[in-house]
Amino acid sequence: MSSPSDHAAHAPHGFIRRYIFSLDHKVIGIQYYCLGLFSVFLGMSLSLLMRFHMVNPHAQVHWFEKLWPTAAAGGVMTPELYLSLMTMHGTIMVFFVLTTVPQSGFGNYFLPIQIGAEDMAFPVLNMMSFWTTFLSLCVMVAAFFVQGGAPLSGWTSYPPLSGAGPLTGPGEGLGQTLWIVSIAIFCGASLMGAINFIATTVDLRCKGLSLMRMPLTCWTWLVTAILGLLGFAVLLSAGVLLLLDRLAGTSFFLPAGLMVNDQILNHKGGSPLLWQHLFWFFGHPEVYIAILPGMGVTSQLLSTFSRKPIFGYKAMVYAILSIGFLGFLVWGHHMFMSGMNPYSAMAFATLTMCIGVPSAIKTFNWIGTLWGGKIHFDTAMMFALGFVSLFVTGGISGIFLGQPALDLYFHDTYFVVGHFHMIMGVAAIFGMFAGTFYWFPKMTGRMMNEKLGKLHFYLTFIGVYCIFAPMHYLGIAGNPRRYSQFTENEFLGPLLPIHNFMTYAAYVTAAAQLIFLFNLIWSLKKGPKASINPWNSTTLEWTVPSPPPHDNFGGVHPVINHGPYEYSVPGSSKDFIMQNDPAEVPSEG
Amino acid sequence: MLLAPVVWVLTAVIVYFFAAKTWWFPPPINQHGMEYDAQFWRTLVVTGIIFVVAQFALGWVIVRFRNDGGRARHSHGNNKLETLWTSATAILFLGLVVMGTKIWAGVHFDEAPPDAIPIEVLVKQFAWNFRYAGPDGKFGHTELKFINDAAGNPFGIDEKDPAGKDDIVSATLKVPIGKPIKLVMHSLDVIHNFFVRELRMKQDIVPGMEIPLHFEADQIGTYEVPCSELCGLGHYKMRTSMQVMSQADFDQWKQQQAQK
Repeated sequence: MSSPSDHAAHAPHGFIRRYIFSLDHKVIGIQYYCLGLFSVFLGMSLSLLMRFHMVNPHAQVHWFEKLWPTAAAGGVMTPELYLSLMTMHGTIMVFFVLTTVPQSGFGNYFLPIQIGAEDMAFPVLNMMSFWTTFLSLCVMVAAFFVQGGAPLSGWTSYPPLSGAGPLTGPGEGLGQTLWIVSIAIFCGASLMGAINFIATTVDLRCKGLSLMRMPLTCWTWLVTAILGLLGFAVLLSAGVLLLLDRLAGTSFFLPAGLMVNDQILNHKGGSPLLWQHLFWFFGHPEVYIAILPGMGVTSQLLSTFSRKPIFGYKAMVYAILSIGFLGFLVWGHHMFMSGMNPYSAMAFATLTMCIGVPSAIKTFNWIGTLWGGKIHFDTAMMFALGFVSLFVTGGISGIFLGQPALDLYFHDTYFVVGHFHMIMGVAAIFGMFAGTFYWFPKMTGRMMNEKLGKLHFYLTFIGVYCIFAPMHYLGIAGNPRRYSQFTENEFLGPLLPIHNFMTYAAYVTAAAQLIFLFNLIWSLKKGPKASINPWNSTTLEWTVPSPPPHDNFGGVHPVINHGPYEYSVPGSSKDFIMQNDPAEVPSEG
Repeated sequence: MLLAPVVWVLTAVIVYFFAAKTWWFPPPINQHGMEYDAQFWRTLVVTGIIFVVAQFALGWVIVRFRNDGGRARHSHGNNKLETLWTSATAILFLGLVVMGTKIWAGVHFDEAPPDAIPIEVLVKQFAWNFRYAGPDGKFGHTELKFINDAAGNPFGIDEKDPAGKDDIVSATLKVPIGKPIKLVMHSLDVIHNFFVRELRMKQDIVPGMEIPLHFEADQIGTYEVPCSELCGLGHYKMRTSMQVMSQADFDQWKQQQAQK
């Protein structure tokens, strides 16, 4: 395996080694970003089809039949097609967008530069983890095209629905098997990535960069990597066991006495709850895998664009660490209604409320950072501010769901759908938008268009509130989630106007994303040239050319003299002090 | 700058619909439901205040501290404030959990009273079945191999067992008003979920497990029971109803069924 210094100085020649099977963390970061960009538009398209079907369950659409000759015979979407779209929407968004872009995309590109390293600790492993992720995505998408189509058991794939084979429904044959194989491959890729991130952060920090001088982005990437290492290992094992239940006739998750579709099955001794425990032991930390890097970017941006040091740097670090730690102790709150021991529910509930505390600390500290600042409203900052608003809205509904007593009604209603889309979905995606507008100049050497950026921001910000806030009212009215239509229950009829409203809001918000795509591509070609440090930021990536050279620092070894957020320091000539600035200015931590 | 009014307006609209209760819970039909609603309101008030204050503060700092030249105030934070808001949130959040404990305990820690009427629930893709013991007060022996929907035996009651002869099987749930009910729930295939909005209660029915649930319904009426755990392509139409009847009507219904 080549060490960073081997390939540091000279970039490889030839298109394939340079851009396809590249060892350069920056190229790999962009590859991950592009994979995520493809996935997010795919996942979003699936959600539009779902929303269309929910409010027009009997509509005939000619091209549906072309896409799905059996699942949409006659142009009318079947309930099983709806469920497979839902499964794939959730899976693609969670794994290939929320997990890859903030961590593997931005983290890959900027972690080494922010800590003054020439590359990741294991460049070959890094390349392998990207291509393994790519393989995993191909296998996942292939599930659409096999007999029976994509699985219908949701992104959580609870057995027996996911474990008893095609008897339980279309998509539960080869489609479900491919789903599990893809997830297992993805786990492998994430484990490789996690090891690399941890080793890089621990070993390759440049001189003077103590842990407590790291930008908060690096802290969130580090803790996210630790969560990934511990979480994906468990999901991988669970996936292998589920695969064995399906293909080798084992009974890890399938109990005795199953009779599916009038056929008695020969399983014995398995427990459907075991899967739920294993899945959520990964699944809950996964929420933080998705959101932590967004918190890091938001902290970085709020400080930069309000020209103030982050409020309570140490408290922020401890909050990140305790979110990471507690994140492994709360998985049971997904299972209050599962039939598990009701006493353990109380323990999980108490720990869940505890994890609300560091999340609240972060929100307070963000407001504290803005307080007394001189806020610059560039698009990147708008998204960071939007993140704070969405994080509050999405987080606060967790106080309802974290109480077993209230979950007695809200579990598996749209209240849950609204909650996790707000926080893990859109707040995390706002973190990605913020990161994109902030780092695009560094990654490409060009600035993005601010007017288009603001337009995109406002449409998206108002749009996501219009889509996801009404879901809380649906939940209060008792609307169950994962229903392909609302025609069979009387109490769902009066709720259809909300569903219609949310559907139109989704169309508009999705269309607004084309503005972003256009801005991205147009700015790549035509955007004004970016200087080294267009935002007057203080971290190391803003000391190198845009885009940075192959070895990041052109052979120079940076030395860190300051904490990451020294803005508006009294007595200094400028309103910011670069981390590697040698000037003797008093600064703390 | 425009962001501040946008945040405020969104916040106001969200709060308005919570206050107006445009789309809301159906009224509760028992004591547990009323206690549930009280806990919901406590939580709504606490979170509502935090929500409004946080969003308002965000908008306010956006307006107040926009860049107008000059330097920002240099500060790395304030440990006193940090301790204050950490302990305040911890007390509020944990306090809410503690206050809800009684409701959870009533459903899950307390056993059903000994005189509760036992009703067996058996679910499968995408149907509900309920079984009552007949006049002998005993449930007949069942086996998977005897299950036959077409012959009217969805539970697979063994014909040879005399205790099963008078068992009553129904596709909808009927319960007498004001009497403790104990459901004993089983699933044949995948996980389903029993949910009655008016009871403020929900419980997964997991294959391989016997899941009990007890309650009392104090209001005559018919209430919908939508399956609330993803169970396959017919999930959206897997529904039944719970009919709460007067004791006389319930006895009459049982008598009619027994004669069939």
